[in-house]
Amino acid sequence: MTQIGRIYLLVVLFFLYTPIIVMMAMGFNESQLYELPFTFSFRWYEALLGNKQLLTAGMNSIIIAVITSVLATSLGTLAATALARRTFRGKSLLQLLLLPPIAIPWLITGTAMLVFFYWSGIGRGMHALLIGHVALAIPYVVLVVGTGFKTIRADLEEAAMSLGSTPVHAFFTITLPLLYPSILGAALFAFAVSLDQFVISYFLATPGYSTLPVQIYSAIRKGFTPEINAISTLLLLGSMTVILIFARFAKPGDTSDKR
Amino acid sequence: MTNVKVDAVAKTYGSTKVLTDISTDFVEGSFTSLLGPSGSGKTTLLRIIAGFIKPDEGVVTIGNNDVTNVPVWGRNIGMMFQSYALFPHMTIAQNVAFGLERRGIKGAAARKEVDRALEMVRLSGFADRMPKQLSGGQQQRVALARAMVIKPSVLLLDEPLSALDRRLRQEMQVELLRIQRESGLTTIFVTHDQEEALTLSDTVAILDKGRIVQTGKPAAVYERPTTRFAAEFLGDSNFLEGKVEGGAVRLASGTVVRTASMLPANGTDVTLAVRPEKMMISAGEPGTNRLDARITTVIYAGPVLSYLLETPDGMSVKLFAQNKDGVVLKQGDTISLDWSPEHTIAVAS
Repeated sequence: MTQIGRIYLLVVLFFLYTPIIVMMAMGFNESQLYELPFTFSFRWYEALLGNKQLLTAGMNSIIIAVITSVLATSLGTLAATALARRTFRGKSLLQLLLLPPIAIPWLITGTAMLVFFYWSGIGRGMHALLIGHVALAIPYVVLVVGTGFKTIRADLEEAAMSLGSTPVHAFFTITLPLLYPSILGAALFAFAVSLDQFVISYFLATPGYSTLPVQIYSAIRKGFTPEINAISTLLLLGSMTVILIFARFAKPGDTSDKR
Repeated sequence: MTNVKVDAVAKTYGSTKVLTDISTDFVEGSFTSLLGPSGSGKTTLLRIIAGFIKPDEGVVTIGNNDVTNVPVWGRNIGMMFQSYALFPHMTIAQNVAFGLERRGIKGAAARKEVDRALEMVRLSGFADRMPKQLSGGQQQRVALARAMVIKPSVLLLDEPLSALDRRLRQEMQVELLRIQRESGLTTIFVTHDQEEALTLSDTVAILDKGRIVQTGKPAAVYERPTTRFAAEFLGDSNFLEGKVEGGAVRLASGTVVRTASMLPANGTDVTLAVRPEKMMISAGEPGTNRLDARITTVIYAGPVLSYLLETPDGMSVKLFAQNKDGVVLKQGDTISLDWSPEHTIAVAS
């Protein structure tokens, strides 16, 4: 039984990581057509430095992802707080409406946004991309932070208030520190949702402003070069580092120090 | 000397009247229990005094101040919660210092107060631990220290002992009473545990369906319940129903029962309450009330024997007897019960 489990795990890891490792390796291969034998070279990284379009798109992606992460996490945390701690008219309807966007195919959401933004005069470009990404990321944040709230008893805030804290002070000194791993996780989620986003970005990008996935897509249509492997590798290392730091400090899923 | 006063307080949620016209005084330095079943409104009343809930009507006064419109953080109350509610990300010292900090007391002055409070609850040396490293009873004592260190005007306890096991709960009762007596702090204690209420309180207020049905010293409320609910909720009672006839009560079976209570006019229906421990297996003494009944169930509980009995006309009676001589009566035995008119209380049903 454990033998089968071990083999299963190896197969999963193999299919998950082999393509990525091959992709990374080929970024260091001399040949443009991914030919073997493997000849180590920084050629494509040098070429990347000269590829303004890809670099700009990469920078755009990171900027959009950071801003999306900050905005969606702030707004989503506030929403989760209201849903967890307040009672108001229409609360359960709101809770219900938050979830479907996660299940709606991005192609449909993207088309709808494109049509709506065109009709309303919002148009396309960076601001449109930001609105789209934030809207898309908020449900994830509410979900993650909302789950975090379930591990924090409401009477902790009440105890703080009985000792003289205003609700705002109680939130910042008690709730927020206890919620911080969930918020960090949510921020990471929002960052990933934005960085990954292709369909919506593709619809809302303009010829002068696009993100990395969109740029890679158009580059592939023109002809694939290992420069794309190179920038993908850099991006991958960047996001892996962030996630590993998070996993090290926040220990997602570990709520043992909370009651 | 009234310290906390609740005057004509009412609270309604939707169409449910949770509290109806509650007026009561809490004497300075006294220990009062709000006792009632769940849904009786006792917790709502405590939370109104604390300031977590605003009453629809009525006035709450602490000291000489009308605090009805003062939020909880402006009331200077000490509160203990059922779940301890210690801040899990702070050390014991930080937990206790939290309220001091809100009052502008910091540094060495705060440290001194914290040490004194921890000493009071016998937890000196635990200052730098985290809450999760402490046992339930220790956490509860930290919660008490945290509530007391701010020198509150009133101490509010929301079933703080109900999460502890029996032995620990009894220890905490003694501890709580000692600290309350030493501090002279007006204390209001919500509980559904009648024994706890009797043991700890100077005053017991019994709540039922959003009203205070009886208030008084524990012994007075126990010995002289005024309503059937109070007689039943606080301790056990046998209820005998009948009609007033010539200064006594004639039961349906024809038995005449005398009582020391004031009775209404002849022919009125009346309910009498008799505590099971006031009934005795007949010694044939004159001047007592008497019933014959057959034993249906014997419950052997060590120091006390409980007998469930049935009279010939089908009325159930409960009897508690001291296990003095080790004689246990058997199921099916028919015995005579005696009890004094003094212990026969007419109650409103």
